[in-house]
Amino acid sequence: MALYSEKVMDHFRNPRNVGVIEDADGVGEVGNAKCGDIMKIYLKINGGIITDVKFETFGCGSAIASSSIATELIKGKPVSEAMTLTNKAVAEALDGLPAYKMHCSVLAEEAIKAAILDYYEKNGIPYDEKDFPSFSCEHCD
Amino acid sequence: MQVYFDNAATTKPSRAAIEAYAKALCEDFANPSSLHEPGQKAKEKLEEARAVFAAAIGAKANEIYFTSGGSESDNQAIISAARAGKRKGKNKIISTAIEHHAVLHTLNKLKQDGFEIVLLPVSSTGLVTAEQVAAAIDERTCLVAVMYANNEIGTVLPIAEIGAVCRARGVPLFTDAVQAVGHEKIDVQAQNIDYLSLSAHKFHGPKGVGALYVRKGMPLSSLIEGGAQERGRRAGTENLPGIISAAVAIEEATKNLEQNRARVLPLRDRLIAGLSEIPHSVLNGEKEKRLFSNVHFCFEGIEGESLLLMLSDQGIAASSGSACTSGSLDPSHVLLAIGRPHEIAHGSLRLTLDETATAEQVDYVIDKVKEIVGYLRNMSPVWRDLKEGKREFIIK
Repeated sequence: MALYSEKVMDHFRNPRNVGVIEDADGVGEVGNAKCGDIMKIYLKINGGIITDVKFETFGCGSAIASSSIATELIKGKPVSEAMTLTNKAVAEALDGLPAYKMHCSVLAEEAIKAAILDYYEKNGIPYDEKDFPSFSCEHCD
Repeated sequence: MQVYFDNAATTKPSRAAIEAYAKALCEDFANPSSLHEPGQKAKEKLEEARAVFAAAIGAKANEIYFTSGGSESDNQAIISAARAGKRKGKNKIISTAIEHHAVLHTLNKLKQDGFEIVLLPVSSTGLVTAEQVAAAIDERTCLVAVMYANNEIGTVLPIAEIGAVCRARGVPLFTDAVQAVGHEKIDVQAQNIDYLSLSAHKFHGPKGVGALYVRKGMPLSSLIEGGAQERGRRAGTENLPGIISAAVAIEEATKNLEQNRARVLPLRDRLIAGLSEIPHSVLNGEKEKRLFSNVHFCFEGIEGESLLLMLSDQGIAASSGSACTSGSLDPSHVLLAIGRPHEIAHGSLRLTLDETATAEQVDYVIDKVKEIVGYLRNMSPVWRDLKEGKREFIIK
């Protein structure tokens, strides 16, 4: 079996929503260059709906694919729904990731949550801290 | 265009090696340990192959032991010297930080068994000096293990100088020469080498065939128990077709060494010059004391696995120092040892040529690497920060 599923390779070769949103409503960056993965998510939010999303990623094939599919999964969705996106759902949408690459899907989930947190804070929207992970890079610490 | 520039991982078997393999499978199938005529004929072929291996490195035939490959040879040499040392109350082994894992992991096991393991630091180009080795040797030292040439960054180490120091101090020298055979002129006598490992699939021979040279009189204990093959030091019916094929390959590789060097070296340097044009890139390893087939770069702001996958889509087979591809998240121990920080070590690329490489292939690879590095940098938040001055470039 190949290292990655066809789905991973498709999102790696043709990543969706790559780029920057200059006037983003929320920006989240997670990961660490030392670990070899950084993901940055830009959100445009209108009336509680994610109307646009872009990403930039420094990382391996599965990191790029995870970011790509994660942006597809939340685009056009209410922020509340994006908040429920799990790393497992990201990995499943890619038809699975090798065990040692699962952290890429974790980064994707965290990057989206970090961007939403940024949106909440910029707009003074109250939130429950428990909904947000600590965004720590576990294998570096 | 299809380009195979991963010859340090493995080489394509030569036509002559394949033919020898097939012929031996058909004709020399008998067991060399059998007393009947076909068996004795097989035994003769085995000993002819042993003589060819010996001649390739300046050894005597009875100093060559066939194994399953480089890793087994590495394990056996180190464990043999360690066991012999322990019997004499010597429990210190000196090696380097850039050895292959077949060496490093064996040393780690010995450390758990109470051995003191000293891994000498290397220079920023991956060199260890004979002076460093001399300073580390003491009366408890039972082995010095220094690789002949590094498998990742291609640096060729001063084995003859280290050999002279070891001989003068009466400490055996083991060298992992897996990457060096067919690339460097090896003479175990002149270079004072006591143990040397090699692997046939690195010089256009078959996989599963290796050899261990052990200077006459040096201790050698077996790792595999059973029959009396290889003078009782390595049990198991010999892989005769593989050994015969490997003998053809080592003879070709050593005979054509200078011709291959003359052909490949300018292509290597053309590739190095081309990739050096990429901004914020750096060549790893020695410029001059370098395997003639090896090119190894780090590119700031990108990650190596993505680069490899995209090169593969363009028909280019390459490899990375990034252990990302091998199931670990840690960057290469070699790149860290030469002082590359983690974030740079992740963005590495190794291209290893052979004598079939062409200038067209080299130019194609330069174009594609430039294109893909640019593409990946464009989607990298690290690169954006570097460009916007929010993060400082490490590679100037």
